[in-house]
Amino acid sequence: MTEQLQQKNKKLVKQLLALVGGMCLFVVALVPLYDVFCDITGINGKTRGQALYENVEVDKKRVVTVEFLTNINRGMPWEFESQTKSVEVHPGELNEVRFYAKNRSKFDIVGQSVPSVSPGEAALYLNKTECFCFDKQRLTAGEEVEMPMKFYIDADIPKDITRLTLSYQLFNVTEAASTESAATK
Amino acid sequence: MSDHHPTGITRWLYTTNHKDIGSMYLWFSFIMFLVGGAMAMVIRAELYQPGLQFVDPGFFNQMTTMHGLIMVFGAVMPSMVGLANWLIPMMIGAPDMALPRMNNWSFWILPFAFTLLLSSLFMEGGAPNFGWTFYAPLSTTYGPPSTDFFILGVHMMGISSIMGAINVIVTVFNMRAPGMTLMKMPMFVWTWFITAFLLIMVMPVLAGVVTMMLTDRHFGTSFFDAAGGGDPVMFQHIFWFFGHPEVYIMILPAFGVVSEIIPAFSRKKLFGYSSMVYATASIALLSFIVWAHHMFTVGMPVAGELFFMIATMLIAVPTGVKVFNWVATMWQGSLTFETPMLFSIAFVILFTIGGFSGVMLAMAPVDFQYHDTYFVVAHFHYVLFPGAIFGTTAAVYYWLPKWTGKMYNEKVGKIHFWLSMIFVNLTFFPMHFSGLAGMPRRIPDYNMMFADFNMWASIGAFGLGLTQVFFLVTIIMAIRGGKKAEEKQWDGATGLEWDALPSPAPYHTFSTPPKVD
Repeated sequence: MTEQLQQKNKKLVKQLLALVGGMCLFVVALVPLYDVFCDITGINGKTRGQALYENVEVDKKRVVTVEFLTNINRGMPWEFESQTKSVEVHPGELNEVRFYAKNRSKFDIVGQSVPSVSPGEAALYLNKTECFCFDKQRLTAGEEVEMPMKFYIDADIPKDITRLTLSYQLFNVTEAASTESAATK
Repeated sequence: MSDHHPTGITRWLYTTNHKDIGSMYLWFSFIMFLVGGAMAMVIRAELYQPGLQFVDPGFFNQMTTMHGLIMVFGAVMPSMVGLANWLIPMMIGAPDMALPRMNNWSFWILPFAFTLLLSSLFMEGGAPNFGWTFYAPLSTTYGPPSTDFFILGVHMMGISSIMGAINVIVTVFNMRAPGMTLMKMPMFVWTWFITAFLLIMVMPVLAGVVTMMLTDRHFGTSFFDAAGGGDPVMFQHIFWFFGHPEVYIMILPAFGVVSEIIPAFSRKKLFGYSSMVYATASIALLSFIVWAHHMFTVGMPVAGELFFMIATMLIAVPTGVKVFNWVATMWQGSLTFETPMLFSIAFVILFTIGGFSGVMLAMAPVDFQYHDTYFVVAHFHYVLFPGAIFGTTAAVYYWLPKWTGKMYNEKVGKIHFWLSMIFVNLTFFPMHFSGLAGMPRRIPDYNMMFADFNMWASIGAFGLGLTQVFFLVTIIMAIRGGKKAEEKQWDGATGLEWDALPSPAPYHTFSTPPKVD
């Protein structure tokens, strides 16, 4: 193989390795990109963080039914229920529903509930001013709590959405929470 | 001295010769093909009748998972790399691959990668059991301990594939004989060239997704864990961003193979050479924007479903161009039907059937019914077995005289073809029906109503499995005692490997580049 060809090969290999490296970076970037994309379009049904209830216009003419679902993940010995199964609300109106949770085990357990809205695009119009899902809950053995959740539906919600479901999946994050607090110490 | 080569085991361990490495790839993939095939036999034996007969459901899941992984990464992909190693330098008039030592390394990683993967079968907790698609959280929260061996195995074979792809691109770019312009390259070289770019683009994505799995499993991250703010659906997006180009990685080189063989036995030039090149490139480009058609049922908005549905159907256009060109090549040709040609014609017909069921699956509304049923199994086996595997088989028969200098027995080859043709259809065609009737995939037991279809499929599968052992016998018979092959064994064959080289091709070829006009 001539010197010249070897130089040429080396250069091309470097360019191709750069492409491989670029694709590796692309995968890493996909994770935040995915979150941003879903946040903008709301297509994965994730609700946003805390919203403010200020100068919200109320549309008395429309009624949207909001249903509440609760699920408990594997390895989570809690009771977790919504005290209201469904409410009919006017878009723009601030509503409060309460959720009940009880630690049925003999241990302290940290729970994290993760919300999801169906249909997914409705998540963009569901604004929560207060939610237990913003924080983790630590319940001692046998402890029970009532947790409030305040929300309003944006008046801009598309006309074809008349019913939406807000579901909470409750996860046991005791282990992750303990390593986290150990890390912060 | 062009035939001088070292002997003994070190010849194979240290070799940097593209022909040696190509042979090793081909033999390795054939062994993996038999291993993965044995797993398919376990699956089909269990499914021969409804009820649980031979294996427990957990082991059944390990079999479906390992069968998929071994066939995709161990059998189909290495066999294509083997063909690339043997053929690309001879077809473009190069003395060897551009990076011979890397070539050696990229082969020798593979046996270790697959030893790791296969060793998981003997571990406590069993082998990976979450399907070859290893969806989170099945593979993260619920995966067996051996999942980490799987992850390392995937990493290693990914590195091997990337090195192989870099080698192909550098060889094609820099090592062509004078006069061999890009648009004069044989179709097989073109399809591999495009495949190599696909590999470089998506193997890092696969490596990324298994790394995220690894950190989710052991280092407290939650990429795919909803409890920690992650999203299991994101796994599917990243996986299929790799997975869809991957299916074209497996089939494009086979397109190239039949584009060489059909003209040779039609005694005509390939119809529409440049449209073939553009069609292949379009398929490759489109493959990056269709991934979510594998996941229509995750709850996408209608706009997303429409986009992925239409983009997917668009792929039928360049694929249709290719099928049209193959048929037009045969049109009014003076056809003869030697074994490689038979396999190639079967490829065109059966791959088209698989393509049609693919278009059916691409329709989002009906996919809601077909999703995760045997219809999907029928579809991808139709494009992979009579597609990728028949393509490779045709290539082996076609170039065997050039590689070994020996001819296979035509009668035996034809028996191999007809048995394969009958059994492949007997195995996979009934799966369309059981799938449409609602039989889910990856289950060890099923409703009585699917019993007949499954019995046929199992009988077909046993026959198909035995026929491939017969293929091995055919090849060994040819190598041991085949008739001496002529320099140009097929009178319609074209290309440097037939026109400028004797049979068998000497150990070192084109030390001085041939003239191409």
